[in-house]
Amino acid sequence: MTHTATVAPAPRQRSRSAPTRVRGRAWGFGALGLVLLAVLWEAYKLLGPADGLVIGDIRVLPRTSDLAMPHIWETAGRLFEPVTRAEGARVLWLEITIAASLTLGIAAAGWVVGVTVGIVLALAMQRWNLAESAVLPWIILSQTVPLIAFAPVVKSWGSRIEIGAFEWQDWMSVAVIASYLAFFPVAVGALKGFQSPDRLHLELMRSYSVGWWQTMRYLRLPAAVPYLLPALRLAAANAVVGAVVAEVSTGLQGGIGRLVIQYAGQASGDPAKAWAPILGAIALGLIAAGSVALMGALARNYRRTEDAS
Amino acid sequence: MTDAVTVTAVDKVFEAAAGQVVALSGIDLAVEPGEFVSLIGPSGCGKSTLLRLIADLDTPTSGSVEVFGTSAHQARVDQKYGIAFQQAGLLPWRSVAANIALPLELHGSGGAATRERVRELIALVGLDDFGDRYPDELSGGMQQRVAIARALAKKPDLLLMDEPFGALDEMTREYMQTELLRISADTGAAVVFVTHSIPEAVYLSDRVVVMSPRPGRIEAVVPMALGSTASRADDLREDGAFFEMITAVREALHGGAPAPGPRGVDNR
Repeated sequence: MTHTATVAPAPRQRSRSAPTRVRGRAWGFGALGLVLLAVLWEAYKLLGPADGLVIGDIRVLPRTSDLAMPHIWETAGRLFEPVTRAEGARVLWLEITIAASLTLGIAAAGWVVGVTVGIVLALAMQRWNLAESAVLPWIILSQTVPLIAFAPVVKSWGSRIEIGAFEWQDWMSVAVIASYLAFFPVAVGALKGFQSPDRLHLELMRSYSVGWWQTMRYLRLPAAVPYLLPALRLAAANAVVGAVVAEVSTGLQGGIGRLVIQYAGQASGDPAKAWAPILGAIALGLIAAGSVALMGALARNYRRTEDAS
Repeated sequence: MTDAVTVTAVDKVFEAAAGQVVALSGIDLAVEPGEFVSLIGPSGCGKSTLLRLIADLDTPTSGSVEVFGTSAHQARVDQKYGIAFQQAGLLPWRSVAANIALPLELHGSGGAATRERVRELIALVGLDDFGDRYPDELSGGMQQRVAIARALAKKPDLLLMDEPFGALDEMTREYMQTELLRISADTGAAVVFVTHSIPEAVYLSDRVVVMSPRPGRIEAVVPMALGSTASRADDLREDGAFFEMITAVREALHGGAPAPGPRGVDNR
């Protein structure tokens, strides 16, 4: 087929170096942001008013004392000292890592439950218009319930559940609350994704005389991937926030949320220590969002568009 | 022998906010097996609507549409036809081979037989070496060839095409027309082809069905005295008989009077 050459230009060579360069630059900017934040922190600490800035009764700028704002290097150095002066106490970063792992596990469980619920809701809303108009407002309303008020209720409901050998654990309450925050972006994103195929593709499936399920599997679900990926990432970040907050408000021991409260109580004697679990929580969020980004890299083909090059 | 398509006394009325719109009125049409029939007419003459009725993507308000002796609905369920639209409509996340395999996969065939069939089809539309490419890596003409291969996947005896070359540039378009003649000769399928290009309709067809708008109806059916479609090649485009047929279709479109082209019909 010699004519091919004149009909179409030679297939485009996909350059590998361009995306790598872009990714490298993204990391560079990320690192630059961290450095900038550190510089700002130290600059304010050096130049800001010692007692902060108070307008009326409201302190709009924080105090710059070592108690309120320990030096970056003090916070970093503190990570490598023992948690307490007691004999055999763990080094602080290890204690934080252990607590963060527990929270990450709970958040992951909440994420899985939330994603499942979100996708099932989206499937139902796509399948039945009535379900969409009946359920969607409640889904949106659900996110206006204050989590702090809601968490103890879940815990007290959970503590009454006992089915045979199964007994409700406190961490499950935390996971449920994490899933409560995680399902929302997934339900909304997946629904939008399922509804994204254009008429042409839907009619093509109709011409193949296939039913709802095959249309979902072969057309709507793959078409929803570009909508699902950001939703899953948002859900991951939400699950971490939900888990940390729920640990605090249900009083679950051993997680990073508990440490935030516990170390904050010791801040007057050891200000640098209070920042350690906060750094841990930030790292958690990054790990959670990063894992989803990794999944996105695997689904690369589903982010192609139909446009000719 | 049963006709490939039999349209009998079909009316199609759309309910719109401003009242009823009569899209088709009193349509009778028969397409023989292996015959190439083009539907041509200005915008709004209902040619695409008629094709959609044959494909059972829409239902007639009255009258009947039969495909190979069964109802249009049954023909769709039995996968008696393949269809191609103006946009290729490929699934962007599937490779060329996987796009062509889609109708086969959907109906449960798989494995070596499917792979073999896909290889055949890729060769038929001249896309060897492109099986692993993705739609966004192809030109518009190549995408459309993939769409035609997909339409042929189940070896249908009827091919429905709705302005499949309408979005292509002129050179690619003429090339694709000759390719389509070769493919339809190879497969022996009947083709119902919607277009608003007179030369395209003349070049491809055994018969050209001329339609007129408001309400959409068949104005004339012009047989093309140009020899069998399988024997046609690019030199026909410069043949006197070709121009005579173009004139015949033009005059049928304008109701006999040599008038300037109505809106929506181009004379490319």
